[in-house]
Amino acid sequence: MAATLRPAALPARLARTGRGAAAFVLVTAATFLGLLAITFFIGRVVPIDPVLSVVGDRATQEQYEAARLAMGLDRPLVVQFASYVGDVLRGDLGVSVSTNRPVASDLLRVFPATLEMATIGIVIGVALGVPMGVIAAARQGSWVDQTIRVLALTGYSVPAFWLGLVGLALFYAGLGWVSGPGRVSIFYDGVVAPRSGLLLVDSALAGEWDVFRSAVSHIVLPAAILGFFGLAYIARMTRSFMLDQLGQEFVTTARVKGVPEWRVVWVHAFGPIRIPLITVIGLTYAGLLEGSVMIETVFSWPGIGNYLTTALFNADMNAVLGATLVIGSVFIAINRLSDVLYRVLDPRSRA
Amino acid sequence: MSLAEWLTTDAPASRGQALAGRAHATARLLARNPLAMVGIVIVLGLVLVAAFAPWLAPESPVGQNLSRRLLPPSAEHWMGTDELGRDILSRVIWGTRITLMIVALVAVIAAPVGLIVGAVSGYFGGWADRLLMGLTDVFLSMPKLILALAFVAALGPGIENAVIAIAITTWPAYARIARAETLTIRNAEFVAATRLLGASHLRIIAVHILPLCTSSMIVRVTLDMAGIILTAAGLGFLGLGAQPPLPEWGAMISRGRAFVLDQWWVATMPGFAIILVSLGFCFLGDGLRDALDPKGRR
Repeated sequence: MAATLRPAALPARLARTGRGAAAFVLVTAATFLGLLAITFFIGRVVPIDPVLSVVGDRATQEQYEAARLAMGLDRPLVVQFASYVGDVLRGDLGVSVSTNRPVASDLLRVFPATLEMATIGIVIGVALGVPMGVIAAARQGSWVDQTIRVLALTGYSVPAFWLGLVGLALFYAGLGWVSGPGRVSIFYDGVVAPRSGLLLVDSALAGEWDVFRSAVSHIVLPAAILGFFGLAYIARMTRSFMLDQLGQEFVTTARVKGVPEWRVVWVHAFGPIRIPLITVIGLTYAGLLEGSVMIETVFSWPGIGNYLTTALFNADMNAVLGATLVIGSVFIAINRLSDVLYRVLDPRSRA
Repeated sequence: MSLAEWLTTDAPASRGQALAGRAHATARLLARNPLAMVGIVIVLGLVLVAAFAPWLAPESPVGQNLSRRLLPPSAEHWMGTDELGRDILSRVIWGTRITLMIVALVAVIAAPVGLIVGAVSGYFGGWADRLLMGLTDVFLSMPKLILALAFVAALGPGIENAVIAIAITTWPAYARIARAETLTIRNAEFVAATRLLGASHLRIIAVHILPLCTSSMIVRVTLDMAGIILTAAGLGFLGLGAQPPLPEWGAMISRGRAFVLDQWWVATMPGFAIILVSLGFCFLGDGLRDALDPKGRR
């Protein structure tokens, strides 16, 4: 920050970095404030009566008034918003009506399950999507290309919850290859004490290999379905980036020089697209965290998405807004982070 | 002069002729793209099925008959029957009306809002631009589905509220596009000439700038349709969209969830309808983009 205050006294490059960092912090802060404004708006302004949505319609008049005062709804909106921002910054997201516990600790408990599933999903998506995109571009117009393109478009047209149901019917009920809904078989529930909250990691650390196997057979299907949606987007973007590169003159030059085709594709053309791909993968990861809401509902996966939909049915607004806030924050954070990575890694943006 | 010459002339004599000529050129480009033609057929099919649903559907979408519940697909019931003995094919056919209504309403609400915000932002620049685009960016950086869920949670379940929630999450993308288009047109000489003639800002934006933004807008809206259908179906699946007994596809899948392991057709059939229609819009949108936007052509 000092760099922005005395730019003349410091080398120009440092000053520019400082200014960039300051602008970054400012924009990020403004975006988070915008997110808070939206959740505040949804929680306090949109419902016809926010008090009623908290106490329920069977509350007496005294209970109603007490809740109204406790929620601070007699104060001006600006003051309410300021105190809401203060609460959130202190980590206070209110108390969940259905679990009677602070929303923040609830979310902390369920988030690792979502993170675990989305992470395996993105690994699958990258491992398959990137090579598929490269191959499609290298053989543009062939049947391989057409197949991959249509497969990628299906990723935009298939409802995630439907694919989950079909997957369960096929691979769990029909073929018996994977385990059904839930995170682990009921016999193993609670066998491993949560350390990181990531069941695969915890069970491996504890040496409970039965639990580990059960957890793997539960996570495979939902993670693979998430991975399919990641794959669709990643393959599409990779193909489009690669086509840009393969049309460039340096690629033609390499071919004329007699560089083998696999080297032209995987080294010369693939090299420059690694950086934009990082942004794409970051965005996909954020998208998978969001997409897990539907998948978790279908698979009764005890993550943040399931928590959110359960809260929706119980009209538990504190929990709904808390979960929205957390998913939104992670989404924004990943967005901003991939933006920074892009700038740090891309030599052109440093010039 | 033959019709083909009239359509392809370099010097159209009227605005109508110019428009017809452009439509002709776009249609010819589209016709060369097989996937786009598939898309057109699917989307036209959706519209026709929705329009003629009462005549096409073999049975009523709500008539119950418990004596023939959960029958598998057969010659009599092509898609089987559900847990209340209703013919699933009939319900899927009537469901086209709901799907079409949702996407049309979202497009009619979100596209003009985005168009106006973007055009105003790009045309005036300065603090108006910074304020409007700041707002747009905040919405853009938010997860759409979660935002729609939270809005419906606050507004209450129902098809109208689902439409509003989806529209709230879709307009920012249109604002971005309209702004980018406006920036390229704003300093064009014909705009400066109109201004010299004394045209007001309102007139310049409404008459000269907005029409030029529409083609990229149409492409984007078509490409977004699949996402809108999926979100609406997702809300229906969670019980937040169309309420029973309305034959909304997402809600139908949700009802079939309880029987998916034994009576797979109840949940599966409406899903095929969703996939087909979404794919149709994807194909059409891709084709339109290639035909209307020469820069993005691959």
